[in-house]
Amino acid sequence: MAGRDQQRLWARALHFTVLAVFVVLLAFPFYWMLVATFKQNIDLYNVENNPFIFNLRPTLDHLKLLFFETGYVRWLANTALVGVLVVFITLILALPAAYALARLTGRWGQRIGIAIFLTYLVPPTLLFIPLSRVVALLGLQDTIWSLVLVYPSFTVPFSIWLLMGFFKSIPRELDAAMVDGLTHFEAFYKLVVPISVSGILTVVIFTFTLVTQEFVYALTFISPESQQMVGVGIPIFLVRGDVYFWGSLMAACLITSLPIALLYNTFLDRFIAGFTVGAIK
Amino acid sequence: MFSPAIAYIVLLIGAPFALAVMYAFSDARIGSPGFHFVGIENFRSILQSPSFQAALRNSVVFTVCAQIIVIVCSTILSIALEKPFRGRRFVRFLILLPWVAPISLGAIGWKWILDSIYSVITWVLVWAHVFKPYSAPMWLGEPHLAMASVILVHCWRLIPFSTVIMLAGLTAIPKDIPEAAAIDGAGFWRTLFQINIPMMAPIISVAVLFGTIFTFTDMTVVYILTAGGPFDSTQTLPSLAFAMGIQGSDLAAGAATSLFLVPVLILIAYFMLRAAHRAEVA
Repeated sequence: MAGRDQQRLWARALHFTVLAVFVVLLAFPFYWMLVATFKQNIDLYNVENNPFIFNLRPTLDHLKLLFFETGYVRWLANTALVGVLVVFITLILALPAAYALARLTGRWGQRIGIAIFLTYLVPPTLLFIPLSRVVALLGLQDTIWSLVLVYPSFTVPFSIWLLMGFFKSIPRELDAAMVDGLTHFEAFYKLVVPISVSGILTVVIFTFTLVTQEFVYALTFISPESQQMVGVGIPIFLVRGDVYFWGSLMAACLITSLPIALLYNTFLDRFIAGFTVGAIK
Repeated sequence: MFSPAIAYIVLLIGAPFALAVMYAFSDARIGSPGFHFVGIENFRSILQSPSFQAALRNSVVFTVCAQIIVIVCSTILSIALEKPFRGRRFVRFLILLPWVAPISLGAIGWKWILDSIYSVITWVLVWAHVFKPYSAPMWLGEPHLAMASVILVHCWRLIPFSTVIMLAGLTAIPKDIPEAAAIDGAGFWRTLFQINIPMMAPIISVAVLFGTIFTFTDMTVVYILTAGGPFDSTQTLPSLAFAMGIQGSDLAAGAATSLFLVPVLILIAYFMLRAAHRAEVA
């Protein structure tokens, strides 16, 4: 029996070590952002000092600089505005489309559904060059409206795909309510939408986090500092000339990442279900 | 009811894609409104440019290396995470951070960790007497180290994503099969390699397909960490397309460069459809 106990002990030690190693490797950059956020510059920029501890008193200077002397707050507001608008456009386009496709019988519904999923695989790095000219022609260059126009192109396909799954799980008998005098649209908005609240909420969070994470289009379409989104403003505009303000830069990364990460994490299982539809049952 | 969505997708994905193909065979530049077709001139000139050759090679090398490391790590991590333990939700949140936080911000965090003077890695290595003070290499300043750094950051970002996908696959394996194997005397490793991993194969392939797209088409990591340098040693197809097409105003050359992403995307789409079809039959 002693042998088996010992084996179990080894298994537990191995399990713990694997988890500990990965947690340290994966979460370390965020811990490092936290340390830099509160360190005084003369402590931060001294290679003689142990970087893991506070050799001098922690400071709030980097946060003050970030909030009162940079465009950070403005970028947050821009990001929130674009996020909300893109969420609305995505819902307006994706909800009816997903419902119709989920109810479309036969091979065509399935084919269109798969075609829409495949468009999700077309990356921004393939389209940003022609789109930059389209945006310029429409006079939207250097404004956040260019992003409001373009972002739904990657949020709509995936949202349709996610919502189709939800709608398919709603029994068709509900649609029979139409026989009782409700039109297609009334049945959809009065019966189907309320049941699908959790699916819709998933799409809302998913769309919003995708907007905050996008980099290529925002970098390509927008140059002025005041019109930036957080994802581009922080890495590009918190650097003056060649000088990096690492303290406030890391503070901005941490403060922006954590809420987005928390939000995304809450809904993660549903996104994964969307990603893997078809591959596992 | 799906026509507005389809119209939007056609206008903002289909039409720009067609435009990209047109530009690739033209002399379109930022600032000049019209353009003329010049045949395969752009392809001829980029295929001969050393920057493009480096970019094509790097895109493939980064993608393949990152995928191999990611599969191994996330298989191990997903098995460790599947076993219940106290604080699992919090551990999962910490592990997921690299994926759920905006990548441009994660990449700038790494830029600080890999800083030429104040790198914490350098400090630890000097402290451990591996290097003398001020003689440690510049992580992002030397070609091979810069390439390794880009791969590292891609892995850092993708491991959480693949792990979660594989976790979903692991939980879908009926529990009685590994249990029956254990009763029949199969040990941990045998159960792992002969039952769990083969049963996870379809889900691993999904993780690899998505991971390949995310690495191969990404320009954020390279743009922020190294901007393609030093001397194009970390240039990839997307970052080169940006440098030529937007920063260099040569839309035609940029479009031609980015079109080299298409064959890989088609291949991935094919494999995804096959995976979906198989699941449907099963």
